Amino acid sequence: MTRRISYEGVVAVLPTTIPYTRYSIQTAQWWIGSALRELAKSAGLQPREIDGLCVSSFTLGADTAVGLTQHLGLSPRWLDHIPMGGACGIVALRRAARAVQAGDADIVACLAGDTNGPDSFRSLVSGFSRFAADATYPYGAAGPNGSFALLTDAYMRSYGATREDFGRICVAQRANALRNPQALMKRPLTLEDYMAARMISDPVALFDCVMPCAGADAFLVMREEAARAMGLRGVRILSTIERHNGFPDDPVQLRGGWAMDVPDLYAMAGLTPGTIDVVETYDDYPVIVMMQFEDLGFCGKGEGPDFVRSHDLTIGGDFPHNTGGGQLSVGQAGAAGGYLGLVEAMRQLTNTAGGTQVAGARTALVSGFGMINYDRGLCSSAAILAAA
Amino acid sequence: MTAPLPPREPSDPLAPMRAALAPQHARSRAAVGLAAMAARGRFALQVCAECAAVQYPPRDLCHRCLAADLPWRDIQDGGTVLAATTTRISGDPYFRQHTPWRSGLVQLDAGPTCVAHLHRDVGTGARARMRLHLDKSGQGVMLALPAKDTPNMDADPQLREFTADPRGRRILVTDGRSAFGRAIAQSMLDAGAGGVFTGIAEQWKPFTPPPGAVIDLDLTDTGSVHRMSAEFGGRIDIVIDTTLHIRPGGLLERGTTIDAREEMERVYFGPLRLAQCLGPALRARAGDGTHAACAWVSLISIAGLVPQDGYRLNAAAHAAAVSLTHTLRAELRPLKILAALVGPLDDAWHQHVPPPKVTPASLAAAVLRGLKSGLEDITVGDIAQDVMDRWTDHPAITLRHTA
Repeated sequence: MTRRISYEGVVAVLPTTIPYTRYSIQTAQWWIGSALRELAKSAGLQPREIDGLCVSSFTLGADTAVGLTQHLGLSPRWLDHIPMGGACGIVALRRAARAVQAGDADIVACLAGDTNGPDSFRSLVSGFSRFAADATYPYGAAGPNGSFALLTDAYMRSYGATREDFGRICVAQRANALRNPQALMKRPLTLEDYMAARMISDPVALFDCVMPCAGADAFLVMREEAARAMGLRGVRILSTIERHNGFPDDPVQLRGGWAMDVPDLYAMAGLTPGTIDVVETYDDYPVIVMMQFEDLGFCGKGEGPDFVRSHDLTIGGDFPHNTGGGQLSVGQAGAAGGYLGLVEAMRQLTNTAGGTQVAGARTALVSGFGMINYDRGLCSSAAILAAA
Repeated sequence: MTAPLPPREPSDPLAPMRAALAPQHARSRAAVGLAAMAARGRFALQVCAECAAVQYPPRDLCHRCLAADLPWRDIQDGGTVLAATTTRISGDPYFRQHTPWRSGLVQLDAGPTCVAHLHRDVGTGARARMRLHLDKSGQGVMLALPAKDTPNMDADPQLREFTADPRGRRILVTDGRSAFGRAIAQSMLDAGAGGVFTGIAEQWKPFTPPPGAVIDLDLTDTGSVHRMSAEFGGRIDIVIDTTLHIRPGGLLERGTTIDAREEMERVYFGPLRLAQCLGPALRARAGDGTHAACAWVSLISIAGLVPQDGYRLNAAAHAAAVSLTHTLRAELRPLKILAALVGPLDDAWHQHVPPPKVTPASLAAAVLRGLKSGLEDITVGDIAQDVMDRWTDHPAITLRHTA
């Protein structure tokens, strides 16, 4: 592989969240626009000074990032729209960083947001993709719960994971979420509660599922010296990876695309898994978290169950993971779910995480996963970040 | 192990009827190929003409070599269940009626992995026989059956959503005057039907008593169809139109349009009248419990597809009847619309036609098989199959070859 150029000189700043709500009568345009307004205000910029825009959303209707430029009154010279669900945050970050590095844009606003009404989720799932409409939705219309139930079943049978193992992930994240005032889930969760929950699509039970909600997350990408001049604390990007439709010949997804690129991820960062202080994985279902622990090198393939049995995943534990509570406890605001771990990691590395702060966090690994196009998630991404 | 099918429960007059719902119907054009295969009982997928890669889900270009020529070919029907789930909570109204619902990932011996409906007797790790079936929306879906037959396997509630088994159901046979109508009525009773109503028009004319309860029904008489529908409409689960009016004659033998009008009246307007009158009630009851209304069977001469020598003028009425089945499919879902295209009959109207010909017993057996397998497009007899094969191969050549 060609040696990759570093992301030196570029930082991500101002992790921004518009507080999530279970349902909203506002539109995705409103949520994304509100995040942009918040970013501009915090940076002390006029919106028109933002010359790069990157958007991810499922509920913009007929609009794309193009329509948003007019709706929000921007005239960017660099524009991107990333329809990659849970992988979108890291992909936005790496594309924006290259645009800034190359001088194609000076300040890129990366935004993800979705609204959520009582029927939004069903309507999204019923027409999610051509293959999903042709070959997944007609088989029980269980949406992602059904797809991940099958992946969880296959994983449990292949590697001996138990429901308790997945429960440990969910319980630790809830403990973290209780220290995050933005989390929609406010009640403590015990392993007994987890095990006693009703089945949704066996073996996926209630607390394995994220709750769809409305919300938006955002950040800015700019040159390090520009950030310094504006008095903004940023995080550096040590390395990133992205892969789509990895391992297409695997009959069932027991590993994600990360496994194809993980040597590159650590080599580019000059780090090893053991030197990472905080890990933020994509957690739409706990089985995917366990796969990320394996595929991102924190343990070997099939060792995920042992890993969660022998590590404390809470903020004060030996493996601080999804420190804000993750989507499982904060809520899944559509495409913003692909930003949640990233903005939390940025807060950790700028020491602005408040109640969820991991003491002395200097490095973080964030990973993304998205788009059950048919039987598996197609997009995987990861980034290693460091305090500036 | 599947429990035997329980008897029909008496309906509760105070409870609202379970609505006639269907799963989502929207598909890509390529995926509608699954329905075309399922309707014929074929287990066929797109196979790349250049590199032989089997495609699933259906595609527009080969996922291995990007070739665009992807003909549908019968493939091995074996598979292995890689994972299974039981969905208890669904966002879709149809599946909410039917939860718990089982589905799984099946790796086909032919290559691809399919999301499939799972028969209750198939679990993770098991070998499975794969079938393409039409679901209640009329689209083709994958179903994994146990590798070997299991006791009462036809009673699986999910399988019954894809089939139209007459067991326990009440059948209307529209015309019991012919040996074909009588054989079908008898075969339904033999298959465990909960009742058979057999229509006889103009009962003052002598007739051989047919099996089932004889009712007064003349599809050419609007009043008769209305009276029958009012009296029996709420109790009919399967309609089998046995009119099958096939008469010889071409341009040179017939000097007037009188016979052609009569054929149109019997073969097209008759079932149309019945569909307009009984169709709404039948469709409304298509979600009504374990023995819901489920099917409409049209018996049509293969001449409806390709006119047959000696019977040319009769073909137009049957072509109209074929067209009607497409309308019924579009408007009477979730009912299954079985079109049985029949070759020359072994009756007095085909005395000059050499064999092979379709006997009453073989027609009855084909209809029963079609219903139990949930098919929508069948041919009956070697001649009909031969015509269908030729027509499938090349419609224009087939039409000119017989002209």
